[in-house]
Amino acid sequence: MKITRSEVEHVARLARLELSDSELDTFTGQMDGILAYVEKLNALDTEGIVPTSHAVPMENAFRPDQPADSIGVEAALANAPLRAESFFRVPKVIE
Amino acid sequence: MEIFDLTIHELHEKLKAKEVSSVEATRAMLERIEAVDGQVNAYITVTPEQALVEAEAADKRIAAGDIAPLTGIPVGLKDIFITKGIRTTCGSRILENFVPPYDGTAVAKLKEQGAVIVGKLNQDEFAMGSSNESSYFGPVKNPWDLEVTPGGSSGGSAAAIAARTATATLGTDTGGSIRQPASHCSCVGLKPTYGRVSRYGVIAYASSLDQVGPLTRDVTDAALLLGAVAGHDPKDSTSVNTPVPDYAAGLQAGVKGLKIGLPKQYFIEGLDPDVKRAMDEAIALYKSLGAELREVSLPHTEYAVATYYLIATAEASSNLARYDGVRFGHRADDARGLKEMYAKSRAEGFGSEVKRRIMLGTYALSSGYYDAYYVKAQKVRTLIMQDFLNAFNEVDVLLTPIAPTPPFKIGEKLADPLQMYLSDIFTIPVNLAGTCGISIPAGFSAAGLPIGLQLIGKPFGEATILSTAYAFEKETQWHLKKAPL
Repeated sequence: MKITRSEVEHVARLARLELSDSELDTFTGQMDGILAYVEKLNALDTEGIVPTSHAVPMENAFRPDQPADSIGVEAALANAPLRAESFFRVPKVIE
Repeated sequence: MEIFDLTIHELHEKLKAKEVSSVEATRAMLERIEAVDGQVNAYITVTPEQALVEAEAADKRIAAGDIAPLTGIPVGLKDIFITKGIRTTCGSRILENFVPPYDGTAVAKLKEQGAVIVGKLNQDEFAMGSSNESSYFGPVKNPWDLEVTPGGSSGGSAAAIAARTATATLGTDTGGSIRQPASHCSCVGLKPTYGRVSRYGVIAYASSLDQVGPLTRDVTDAALLLGAVAGHDPKDSTSVNTPVPDYAAGLQAGVKGLKIGLPKQYFIEGLDPDVKRAMDEAIALYKSLGAELREVSLPHTEYAVATYYLIATAEASSNLARYDGVRFGHRADDARGLKEMYAKSRAEGFGSEVKRRIMLGTYALSSGYYDAYYVKAQKVRTLIMQDFLNAFNEVDVLLTPIAPTPPFKIGEKLADPLQMYLSDIFTIPVNLAGTCGISIPAGFSAAGLPIGLQLIGKPFGEATILSTAYAFEKETQWHLKKAPL
């Protein structure tokens, strides 16, 4: 086994996903199979190889720090599931 | 020949000559959508009112003598493109009612040219899938055979071309999501080099791999649509400041003396015999046109799928953290406390493929596994990129199949995600290497299903793969065959 059901539960907590019992069972089996498959990368010696994060050489893209137009409060809140005045409203944060 | 059958360049000529107005073309397209999309399910949202307003504006421009290649042309957009005032779902329940407050750059560029947006196209949820079966809005059917998948994730974008319900469409490609559905629906699909087209306003899946590109009826249209959206954008810091050539003007370059490489790892045992035959015919044709074909090696090909499913899922788990039920998107209404609201909103909003990839990616990035999985995959990615650099020291273009088999039946691979992932073996390496690739129609299987041919170019070598594709299209005319719908 590459991954156990309790590890899958732990990962679901990290990912902020509430999974049902049957989802946990299914994902445990499927993730186990996929992790066994990706194991093949260990056949390659990558000692000293530089990891690639972007395929094209990238430099930091700077721009002048000048204020520009933004979308505004009303447009930013237009899709909010719940709002109060000019804020996003959420359930109580501190328990 | 109906108006909805025309290519961009054919319709452009008619608009310019005032034989057809954009309003007429748009109405014809909307009627066609009404008539056949119930069978195909390529559209999530159709926008007739806005489309007709845009078409009227285009007609005014044309009357004033101001016409660009896309002015007045009815186009569809994968529902991953943010569109101001038009619902944008990304194929997910979590964005079922999301109406964006702005247009992304590619969409803004199409609007500047006066293109008419007829609707938003179905896709795998968050572009995660190879068959369009993971959409919250139901699977897309392949217009060549309604029991078969159109491929994915830009399945709606490809099916709309085949069903003639859009003149051209935009899609995105993270591991093959433009090229594979293009192949399965017998249309042209181009994944540009990483950095060629701005991703500003494109919902992110895997940010080191995602690219925007055209799906069209022919190679000329792909050149026109790519030219319209390509270029540097200060709003996307990963877009590259390299001049955009006139792709359409370069199509006639021909292939005489062109060095075409055949990667031996792509012509393996187990390749479907119909696919093999189509590739053999293509190779023979290019030889007869004066190209020089030779075998090359991409030795790390067999590691590409494993590398991709670690990098893409890791990046996805991070990108999709923003769907938390706070600022936009679905919020569960019965949660006690903030953490439970996150977990429930995401559980209700995401489908199983998206959950699976978030889980894999979270695991690959988690403490104790980060080096073993994520960094290891990034190192193997370097080796895969080097394979391409070495091959491109010897040849100008690579020729490969797009998929090991013709399109498969709806439901066939749903139970086994790994088998589904492995069907992307020939497209994924191009994303990992960050270079460009095009899929063009290359024939049909014995069962009458489309088969695509992939041409892979050097970074920013879009002009070369387009002219190489054009030479093939001119001789074969596979692109003229219409789906029976």
